[in-house]
Amino acid sequence: MMKKTKIIDATGFQRAINRLAHEIVEKEKGAENLAVVGIRTRGDFLARRIAAKIEEIERRPIPVGTLDITLYRDDLRGRLDQPQLQSTQILFDITGKTLVLIDDVLFTGRTIRAALNALMDMGRPAEIQLLVLIDRGHRELPIKADFVGKNVPTSMKQTINVLMKELDDEDAVFLSDSDEMELKR
Amino acid sequence: MKLQNRHLLGLDGMSKEDISAILDTAVLFKEVLERPIKKVPPLQGKTIVNLFFESSTRTRISFELAERRLSADVVTFSTAGSSVSKGETLKDTARNIEAMKIDMVVIRHPAPGASHFLSRVVDANVINAGDGGHEHPTQGLLDMFTLRDKYGRLENLKVCIVGDITHSRVARSNIYGLTTMGAEVSVCGPATLIPRDIEKLGVKVFHRLEDVVQDVDVINVLRIQLERQESGLFPSLREYHRYFGVTKEKVSKASKPITIMHPGPINRDVELSADLADSEHSVILQQVTNGVAVRMAVLYLLGTSN
Amino acid sequence: MTIHLKHGRLIDPVSGKDETVDILIRDGRIEKLGGQITSEKSAQDLDLKGKIVAPGFIDMHVHLREPGFEHKETIETGCASAAAGGFTAVCCMPNTNPVIDDESVVRYVIERGRRVCDGIVDVYPIAAATRGRKGEELAPMAELVGAGAVGFSDDGSPISSAEIMRRAFEYSSMYKRPVIQHAEEETLTQGGVMHEGFVSTRLGMPGIPGVAEEIMVQRDVALLKFIRTARYHVAHISTKEALACVRAAKKEGLHVTCEVTPHHFTLTDEAVSEFDTNTKMNPPLRTKDDLLAMKEGLRDGTIVAIATDHAPHTIDEKEVEYAAAPFGIVGLETAIGLAYTELVDAKYLSLFQLIEKLSTNPRRILSLAPIRIQEGEKANLTFLDPSIEWTVDTASFRSKSKNSPFQGRRLKGKAVGIYNNSKFFATSSL
Repeated sequence: MMKKTKIIDATGFQRAINRLAHEIVEKEKGAENLAVVGIRTRGDFLARRIAAKIEEIERRPIPVGTLDITLYRDDLRGRLDQPQLQSTQILFDITGKTLVLIDDVLFTGRTIRAALNALMDMGRPAEIQLLVLIDRGHRELPIKADFVGKNVPTSMKQTINVLMKELDDEDAVFLSDSDEMELKR
Repeated sequence: MKLQNRHLLGLDGMSKEDISAILDTAVLFKEVLERPIKKVPPLQGKTIVNLFFESSTRTRISFELAERRLSADVVTFSTAGSSVSKGETLKDTARNIEAMKIDMVVIRHPAPGASHFLSRVVDANVINAGDGGHEHPTQGLLDMFTLRDKYGRLENLKVCIVGDITHSRVARSNIYGLTTMGAEVSVCGPATLIPRDIEKLGVKVFHRLEDVVQDVDVINVLRIQLERQESGLFPSLREYHRYFGVTKEKVSKASKPITIMHPGPINRDVELSADLADSEHSVILQQVTNGVAVRMAVLYLLGTSN
Repeated sequence: MTIHLKHGRLIDPVSGKDETVDILIRDGRIEKLGGQITSEKSAQDLDLKGKIVAPGFIDMHVHLREPGFEHKETIETGCASAAAGGFTAVCCMPNTNPVIDDESVVRYVIERGRRVCDGIVDVYPIAAATRGRKGEELAPMAELVGAGAVGFSDDGSPISSAEIMRRAFEYSSMYKRPVIQHAEEETLTQGGVMHEGFVSTRLGMPGIPGVAEEIMVQRDVALLKFIRTARYHVAHISTKEALACVRAAKKEGLHVTCEVTPHHFTLTDEAVSEFDTNTKMNPPLRTKDDLLAMKEGLRDGTIVAIATDHAPHTIDEKEVEYAAAPFGIVGLETAIGLAYTELVDAKYLSLFQLIEKLSTNPRRILSLAPIRIQEGEKANLTFLDPSIEWTVDTASFRSKSKNSPFQGRRLKGKAVGIYNNSKFFATSSL
């Protein structure tokens, strides 16, 4: 019954990362003041890969941070399952930095709202840019990505699954029709 | 991750998993406390009332900080020294809490079981901040957190609690928590201040500090109350200090360094010598810092679960 | 009014009878008693098939709270509670306000008892042993007995002074009434709220050590050896050691008796673990060892009486933190169920022995005339159904107070009715 389509394969995944890294360098005219912050869990791994790519292009170290947005979620108390709180590790001062905030899928925009609030509580970055691998639409907040791997128009019933080698068997993105699929983490 | 009980009344009977969950969560809050802005929003819109029927500056401040850093609205109500009879006050207060739709209650009360009583009569989550000689679970948790932080484990850690065990809620919460987590716990104090049948809680009993220091990683020193001397439980503070006071001299006989803990406030040079309290082996100030993180963890886990 | 009791199993420790009989009661007296009695048209028939007819039960340790504490219980609600529990008589303790230490108060209590509940429950006051229960000077014992007091006690408090206890023994011995001691060496129990042992250690609560009871019983027994004419009764005995002391004293031929409450042979200090103030009583719930000793003491006859220490307190008084709650629980309406379940059903006592401990023996201790179940005698009876299984529901209690730790407990055996002073009262449909 369930229809599951691979919309990005391993090669496409790598290409998207390479392209996004180049776009950042081009737009920010280098990487001098740049730092990236990934939202747990897959945004974090994306951030590490993109940072590595930028380091390769620009030959300079790029600070990478990991952000857990649990404490800033607006649905923290509505849920029956208490979300697992994890650590935020941003071991550099974000004040004055150009931050690229990275997540795997952009959907309602609520996660990004929470992440922005969390970052604001940690300092005053010069600017924050948003990078997502997939933008699937259906925004509930006025949030727009600056860098997008792939725009995927979806229906509310559909599910996007991003797999990454660090956690899963492969790098891939699936679109499924079933609403029984596990929701985006 | 969700704790089994919607109240934190004590560590007696709390599972290893729940204790670990609180300690693990506290690690994350300790990181928050190191940020320039030490405030996060998970309890925004929640109202917490701190009911202190017994004076306690540091526990109250620690809870208030933890609550505010989680963005809760906080009211503190202190009735120590009030002339109203205790029973009436607690029951009336409970009813007022119901009426004011408060989400969480932190209670410190001189009667053992006061928080249990409160948890039966209000809908709010109840956190025991010390009930007479019964329990002080957040103190037990912060002591365990501090030890785990230092040693990386609690299993097989040898901890001796020294002092007035009979009247100590800190001792009980430490005994329940530490034995659950696999530590080896002993108690040491004058026979008049060791309660009956305490061995059945799985602890060894000593009456001479000399016998303790040879084989222990940690000494948790309890505050000795002058009232106990007045009620005839020990002859004098001088004698207490001489035989049960933890001093550099007594501790130096150990083959390895012993970590010194104290729940505060310290009677310097009575139960603990000043030089030892301020020494490199003392973790007393870390206990205070960790207290805020541990209380944030407890408040967060109870306050955000449905 | 004439009542025809049919096919009841009469168990009467006084006559030693255990047989199925019919009893015809006319105007309060047993007119006929026999294997089968011809029915009379005017008589009300009661089918007691499978039920037990016993001499009326007496609870020799009850707090009726009147005068002075009518918000907890009155003589009327206390008697209603006794009747509902299957008792035709109660002995009320003198810790009222004013204290029952004056003949006028004794007369008041007895008089009230006659006027309430149709006078079906006999109220026998136990007067204070010392004036104001202060333990300092003797109460006017002769006058008190003259007014109707059946024993002396400062219950709620011990008679602490050995000198006063000696004098109480001496003086009361002239009237053949017992001195009933609340055995507690108070210098050992200051601030205590529960039994001192593993559970109090776990809960961090101040303890009442068992040795405090033992010491007082030992001292009293020593005094009794000195004044052999006195009668000594230990109220609500609760420790193995105090019981051993009573056992030894009895062996020596001293006039020592003791009673145990249903809660002390049913619950242990483990019941305190959740800080339910309905587990707070004095003497406190003791250990499993003590509980088993109580059952053994009942079996071997060291404990001759079961009494409830019925101690009503309002919900407001009990709904507080443990330390602030008053001591005591209500007992009249659960006593028989607990005694049957824990003692008879559990094979510690025969029905015969149970009835002795709830009727014959306490009457003897108090020098009350034995109840004779024979033709021509006044009818004073309790009817039991040993097969009923029921659940304790404090809301249905006749007592003004509901402070019972047995709420929701399943019990076997119950009084189904009583007959006394020409009145019949059915506790459930017969």
